[in-house]
Amino acid sequence: MTHVAERQETYAAGFDAFRLTPAFGSGALPAAREAAFGRFRAAGFPTTRHEEWRFTNVAPIAAIPFEPAAEAVVDGAAARALNFDGAVPWLVLVTNGRVSTPASLPAGVSVSTLAGAAARAIPSGRPASAGVFVDLNTAFFEDVVLLDIADGAVVDQPIHVLFIAATGHAALVSPRLVVTAGEQAQCTIIESYADLGSGSVWVNAVTDVQVAAGAVVDHVKLQRQDPESFHTASMFVRLGRASTFASRAITLGAAIARNDIVAVLDGEGAECTLNGLYVAGGDSLVDTHTTIDHAKAHCPSHEVYKGVLAGRARAVFNGKIIVRPDAQKTDAKQTNKALLLTDEAQINTKPQLEIFADDVKCTHGATIGQLDEDALFYLKARGVGGVQARNMLIHAFAGDVLTGVKAESVRETAMRLVDEKLHLNDSAD
Amino acid sequence: MLLEIRDLRVRAENKDILKGLNLSVNAGEVHAIMGPNGSGKSTLARALAGHPGYEVTGGTITYDGKDLLELEPEERACEGVFMAFQYPVEIAGINNTYFLKAALNAVRKYRGEQELDAVEFMQLVRGKAKLLEMDQAMLGRSVNEGFSGGEKKRNEIFQMAVLEPRLAILDETDSGLDIDALKIVSNGVNALRSPERAIIVVTHYQRLLNYIVPDFVHVLTEGRIVRSGGRELALELEEKGYGWIEGEPAGARG
Repeated sequence: MTHVAERQETYAAGFDAFRLTPAFGSGALPAAREAAFGRFRAAGFPTTRHEEWRFTNVAPIAAIPFEPAAEAVVDGAAARALNFDGAVPWLVLVTNGRVSTPASLPAGVSVSTLAGAAARAIPSGRPASAGVFVDLNTAFFEDVVLLDIADGAVVDQPIHVLFIAATGHAALVSPRLVVTAGEQAQCTIIESYADLGSGSVWVNAVTDVQVAAGAVVDHVKLQRQDPESFHTASMFVRLGRASTFASRAITLGAAIARNDIVAVLDGEGAECTLNGLYVAGGDSLVDTHTTIDHAKAHCPSHEVYKGVLAGRARAVFNGKIIVRPDAQKTDAKQTNKALLLTDEAQINTKPQLEIFADDVKCTHGATIGQLDEDALFYLKARGVGGVQARNMLIHAFAGDVLTGVKAESVRETAMRLVDEKLHLNDSAD
Repeated sequence: MLLEIRDLRVRAENKDILKGLNLSVNAGEVHAIMGPNGSGKSTLARALAGHPGYEVTGGTITYDGKDLLELEPEERACEGVFMAFQYPVEIAGINNTYFLKAALNAVRKYRGEQELDAVEFMQLVRGKAKLLEMDQAMLGRSVNEGFSGGEKKRNEIFQMAVLEPRLAILDETDSGLDIDALKIVSNGVNALRSPERAIIVVTHYQRLLNYIVPDFVHVLTEGRIVRSGGRELALELEEKGYGWIEGEPAGARG
């Protein structure tokens, strides 16, 4: 265990240096950073003895002496190549955690950064002690994207916040995104992560989304980091009265990818969808922990997570649904499906229902398996055989997670990337 | 001879089902295979299609001069063998039309023909859809997903109409159909009757044969064809029941 303690000293040295920079902030922020770093030092890296980390061993992350990433500039063409196909003109580029303020934005949308709005970087609604990696982000985030959608603004085209890690080995990047959708606002936000450097990068991201009454937010997260990198992320969403929030989390990269999502249905009639798709091969590990917190009555929630695992990949899915005493007429559905393409691939899946109201509907189900032999034979019996039949079935399995995405260009790009990733696994088999 | 089955023996789920079945089918003919439950009718259909759950332990199947048993299921399909499933499989996430296009182009590619472009394909599909009274909504849905029993069977014959096989095997296509659906399906099958094509109709009931009139009727019991005859044999079976045949000494032939 000594090496872990030493690692924390590496972070302490980094933190001492960070204190002296303008990005450390002013007002209440420095104190919040000090407190968060104090909690991180006291708690240290979680081990598999922690219930929330039982199946995810972060020792490979703890073993590397990560240092905060320096500022970097990426080539414009390289950044554009990571944008989505077709009509995604609104790009907010964040390189090593630093925000490049976009030249133009659609009407009703504004982007602020740490320089102008440090006080709003940590929304008051977020619960304290959300986890040791959230604390680490709070201590180290270099900048923040504060994306505000004005009341009543209807933004037709998606806004893409692209987080690029452009750095060498053993760099820690701490991206932070705060989305505030005003009353009756409507928008599609893409949050994506990619690496343009070399070596192992640790991206430790925090996202907050506030969805005001009647607002409709479509959120797509695409994580396509390099296979030797690490990705830990925590998203916290608060939904107001009669608002709608839909998340699709697509995980294609990183050696260890951990996503924590907490959505609080905090107003009557709010509707929340948390869908996800992960594709993993090699020795990688994808862990998803979601919590849907039904705090008010008459809220439906839908959750479908699907995984395709090849090689010796492992996945963890933990889906918690809380129904508070006031949340009568809750209708919560949760499904987790995993397709294991090899004998070595494995998944640990667990639904966790905590229901304190009596007039509710909660269903959950998990299926784990290989490709459906009957479906495979049906395709063959019509002349479609071999790799084509297999790919059609995998594509179909993965595809329905994306069917609800409103922006067609986003849906198609995401599906293309998923297919590419799957094809990659084919040739590696 | 399009299809020649000699002394076919098939095992499934650790049971011998077919125990030396013989059948010869010429192009242009319609054969009905009738028999009581558990006699091996569906086993014959599935063995012809190459279902992995059905192990051929003896005998030969020669199709168009080739050893059918040497071919993978998808190769059989490309060679023109088509089985309409008794229980068509639901495949969520694969669009019916997309599936059909992949199937047709796989078959065409195998034959060394050009793949159809989108316009040619849609023209073909529209014509065939009309024949089976399939509406646009059905074509756009996932393969068989949420289809009623009748819609699934119609979809099978629709696929057959598009793929234009040389040997079609209908595995209890009539089961679960109301009279209207039965007529639609039968019309579809009859439209496909041609001197180049053979059809094997596997059924438990005579009713279907009122609409798809066979040239030959075979009675299958306990894994063997025990009697063959013309259409009148089906009517006789309808009247007297299978017990009439089963009561006869094994090996009796018409």
